[in-house]
Amino acid sequence: MSYDVPQIPGEQLDDITAKHQDHGWPLWEVFVRPKRGLSHTHAGSLHAADPETAVQNARDVYTRRAEGVSIWVVASTEVHASDDSESMFEPFEDRPYRHPTFYEIPDEVGQM
Amino acid sequence: MTIQPSSQTGNTTTTATLLGTYLLRLGDDNLILAQRLGEYISRAPDLEEDLAVANIALDHIGVAQHLYTYTGEVEDDGRSEDDFAFLRSEREFTNALLVEQPHDGFGDLITRQFFFDAYQLELWTALAQSADERLAGIASKAVKEARYHLRHSSSWMIRLGDGTEESHQRIQRSVNDLWRFTGELFDGDSVDRDLSNAGVGVDPGTLRPAWERTVTEVLAEATLERPDDPYQASGGRHGVHGEHLGHLLAEMQWMQRTFPDLTW
Repeated sequence: MSYDVPQIPGEQLDDITAKHQDHGWPLWEVFVRPKRGLSHTHAGSLHAADPETAVQNARDVYTRRAEGVSIWVVASTEVHASDDSESMFEPFEDRPYRHPTFYEIPDEVGQM
Repeated sequence: MTIQPSSQTGNTTTTATLLGTYLLRLGDDNLILAQRLGEYISRAPDLEEDLAVANIALDHIGVAQHLYTYTGEVEDDGRSEDDFAFLRSEREFTNALLVEQPHDGFGDLITRQFFFDAYQLELWTALAQSADERLAGIASKAVKEARYHLRHSSSWMIRLGDGTEESHQRIQRSVNDLWRFTGELFDGDSVDRDLSNAGVGVDPGTLRPAWERTVTEVLAEATLERPDDPYQASGGRHGVHGEHLGHLLAEMQWMQRTFPDLTW
């Protein structure tokens, strides 16, 4: 299982999974595209019985104030996450020369 | 009731009173249904569905508000949208009986919604072509909402009908119980016919074939039986309601009746 469920010390992962199923429907990650030209951004997650319901629920939960023009839902169990260990990201922290901070971006370019 | 359909007086007044009656019926359908939906918030199967129900209720309230405001202007008697909603008695409401039916569970709510959404989608599609620009404007906005409402309710019909044995039985019972209130949606009277002839309204009878198609298709996919109940209730359009509307109004109007002109 690739989705991180916070684990209470002493609790067996099997217990958590069993409880999760008892609770009901699977969890879905929701991605919303705010407007054309921008990418889908993670908005949150919700429970739903199937992908179709998940999209409908996402519409009502995350776009009711016209926040989006398109929705993706992904089963949370299908998300493969990095383990946030030091070795993953720390090496980049002292590489300021990799940031293109020396260029002025003209306003006309818009969203980068 | 101050608005009376009449065909005897001068023609401009006649069209205005007819239009007032017509708009009020449309407004009442939306307000009463919204109040019913509101009762269900916090009782849906999950939090996400609570939000969906609330959204749909708000869509209907929005439409009711536009229709009441316009009714007030047509009637020209100084009544505001709040007057129509909070200060009329049961006999003055002219909603169809279907929307006032109470629900005993989510299946009833979805079935009531499904029958009504399928009707309203056809209604707004037709009224978007109305010769009355204001009504056409309200309809063109509402048709987009109705399209989503129908998608929402039919997907639940299919999921529950073609779901477990338990869900199938319960939704079939809801379909059987509510079927007798569907006929009234298509009972046109002289108000509908006169306004339809004027190109302003639509004769609801003409909406029936498309409604039948949608309902038959969705019920079949949901593995549900289409009831064949010859008995159909009616009276709502003339203010003759069942026992349930009074209770609904008591709850909805209590605040304004107890503290007149209260605002916050």
